[in-house]
Amino acid sequence: MKKLVALLLTLVLCLSCLPVMAETADLSKVKLGVILLHDENSTYDLNFINGVNEAVANLGLSEEQVIMVRNIAESQDCTETALDLVDEGCNIIFANSFGHETYLLAAAKECPDVQFCHATGTMAHTEGLANFHNAFAAIYEGRYLAGIAAGMKLNELKAAGKLKGAAPLMGYVGAYTYAEVISGYTSFYLGAKSVCPDVTMKVQFTGSWYDEKEEKAAAEALLAAGCDLISQHADSMGAPTACEYAGVPNVSYNGSTPASCPNTFIVSSRINWAPYFEYIVNQVAAEKEIAVDWTGTIATGSVVLTDVNTAVAAEGTVEAIANAKAAFEKGELKVFDIATEGFITVGGAPLTTYLADVDTDAAFTPDTEAVADGYFHESEYRSAPYFDVRIDGIELINQMY
Amino acid sequence: MSELKKKTAHEPLFHLSKRAAIHPAKALAIRLAAIVLGLVVCGLVAFVLIDKLNQNPGKIDDFYYCFIKGSFTSKRKIWKFLKNLAILQCISLAVTPAFRMRFWNIGAEGQTLMGVLGAIAVAFYLGGQIPEWLLLVLMLFAALVCSAIWAVIPALFKAKWNTNETLFTLMMNYVASFVVSYFLIIWVPSGSSSLGKLKFGKLPSFGHDYLVIILIVLALTIFLYVYLKYSKQGYEISVVGESVRTAQYSGINVKKVIIRTMIVSGLLCGLTGYLIGAGLDQSVTTGSVGGQGFTAIMVSWLANFNPLVMLVSSGLIALLNQGASQISQDFNVSGAMPDVIVGIILFFIIGCEFFINYQIIFRKKSHGAKEGVK
Repeated sequence: MKKLVALLLTLVLCLSCLPVMAETADLSKVKLGVILLHDENSTYDLNFINGVNEAVANLGLSEEQVIMVRNIAESQDCTETALDLVDEGCNIIFANSFGHETYLLAAAKECPDVQFCHATGTMAHTEGLANFHNAFAAIYEGRYLAGIAAGMKLNELKAAGKLKGAAPLMGYVGAYTYAEVISGYTSFYLGAKSVCPDVTMKVQFTGSWYDEKEEKAAAEALLAAGCDLISQHADSMGAPTACEYAGVPNVSYNGSTPASCPNTFIVSSRINWAPYFEYIVNQVAAEKEIAVDWTGTIATGSVVLTDVNTAVAAEGTVEAIANAKAAFEKGELKVFDIATEGFITVGGAPLTTYLADVDTDAAFTPDTEAVADGYFHESEYRSAPYFDVRIDGIELINQMY
Repeated sequence: MSELKKKTAHEPLFHLSKRAAIHPAKALAIRLAAIVLGLVVCGLVAFVLIDKLNQNPGKIDDFYYCFIKGSFTSKRKIWKFLKNLAILQCISLAVTPAFRMRFWNIGAEGQTLMGVLGAIAVAFYLGGQIPEWLLLVLMLFAALVCSAIWAVIPALFKAKWNTNETLFTLMMNYVASFVVSYFLIIWVPSGSSSLGKLKFGKLPSFGHDYLVIILIVLALTIFLYVYLKYSKQGYEISVVGESVRTAQYSGINVKKVIIRTMIVSGLLCGLTGYLIGAGLDQSVTTGSVGGQGFTAIMVSWLANFNPLVMLVSSGLIALLNQGASQISQDFNVSGAMPDVIVGIILFFIIGCEFFINYQIIFRKKSHGAKEGVK
């Protein structure tokens, strides 16, 4: 009798496992290799590492199915590492830095059976390789939402008579005068302007993606210039720290948290890469093609905001962000809205046409009309940003190419 | 007399004395012991720092196996190891002539970077417009000239005004890095400062992509060995290194030797830059040399400025680096871990030189008494 029960139980156990096994059997043949420019110490790379870990947990992948390689330079090193990962049995290779692209492409040409995915790159749609893909996220929407929080804070300061100057002024610490940064600070500015129409902004570039000292110095210079609020697009804690020290509100990107800057942190936007990692693993498991250009959105969970630090943020910020977010998801709201009069102007005139450099060539010639249907179509013709218009209301203190 | 007694009474437990000579086998044994000791300390540190290890101590085998796995478990890794060895060896060769002259050139990083920049500048402007062979020749020429200029500037100042070459060559590294940033801004108008792999100016290869590089460096190693050991110029370098006064007395034009030797160093850096630019990356970034210009100083020093022995020291460093990266990969730990591991082992290797040059003499009871009597 005991034996019979044991047998039955075993049978039940096996049967109940079947559907689960059928599902995981596909994923088991996937092995993901991730090439990182730096390591955990850079907030940029940390964001990717967190994304990988989150995806691995969500998909239930085993430890052996993921290899992360850190500190890989934008050189022959990258090609070498990618091929090495292929030797290790990886069938998806992901690289996270812009400069990795040409070297990853070289590896992709050598291994047509392996899928190569590259974040922030621009060449997949022109190279025409079946196994090479680009990805980015519509982070400009996230920055717009963060901008709303900034604008509302400025309104609050204005109402309380606490502005440093006559009109609200924001400061922005950028890395390079490059489309990704320009698209970022412009969408942030527009988010603020949507609730605080008379705001202007000064931008100071550091000429480096990661330079804590320079970023701090740039933020301090902007504070000295009378900025009421600071935001940044650079990978260290330099600017948030300067803000916390000076007691000036900060809207962040990646890095900062309410824990590190309790008195000044308002909200932070970031790209969550986990959905993309899940997507590519699932596609390869199902033997389906990976999109040539994949743009993560609010809907895919790729563009995320941290919780609002209500101790610093203006009243009603959470609700305002939620409303705008819903409008983005419905497609009712566009960041680079040129239909609304006076919202985006260049040299006092409305922006009616703009040739963007979407297809990368040696001379960087603009090639694609990006203005249509009343808005600038950012991240639609390729995933990486290409909005690089200098609009009114934003003053560039320096330029760093 | 009473003072002397006091001193001898307080003679320390041990004292150091410089060794006159050491048997090579003994020196080798000390070095090997240092490496083993370094590896043991690495293992202990890893136990504390690596979660996967302290949760599962059995994995310590895997930890040490990584040093072999990193360089020898696949054909690709062996080639990579030989290539890394070759590039490091090439820069080490470059710093050696100056070091033998006691001219402390720590600017190989910048000199090599200028070589990469020179080669890539030619490929950027002329690539596709002239035949590939001519392009490669011009790239080599540009690399040699740029690096030689970068090396000779501090040498001229040293020869003319006796400036401090260490500080001067160090500063030139930073200048070189900014010169590269400057050109990247001009060459990449999109603002990303990332040039990417160029389509023209690739060093031709046979057998394996890296074979040419390895053979060139091997030939160069033998050439430099002969040059330093058997040529008149090599002898002059040694004499200037021993004593500038002696050199002057024996009629050697010291200024000329300094400048000439730095040009040789510069040319070798230029060749390395060419191998990196045309042979590997086909591009330039501020990190193209990746600190190897500084590592080379240690490689050269460890080999006692002997080009042939240098093959061993650059091989050792390449092996350690690749093994340490493998540890970071297999144990999924922060990218700082390889630096910690390599740092610990190098600490022991360099530290052991002290015990090769000095010996420890412990106090002997009877010894103290004897001296007291004297």
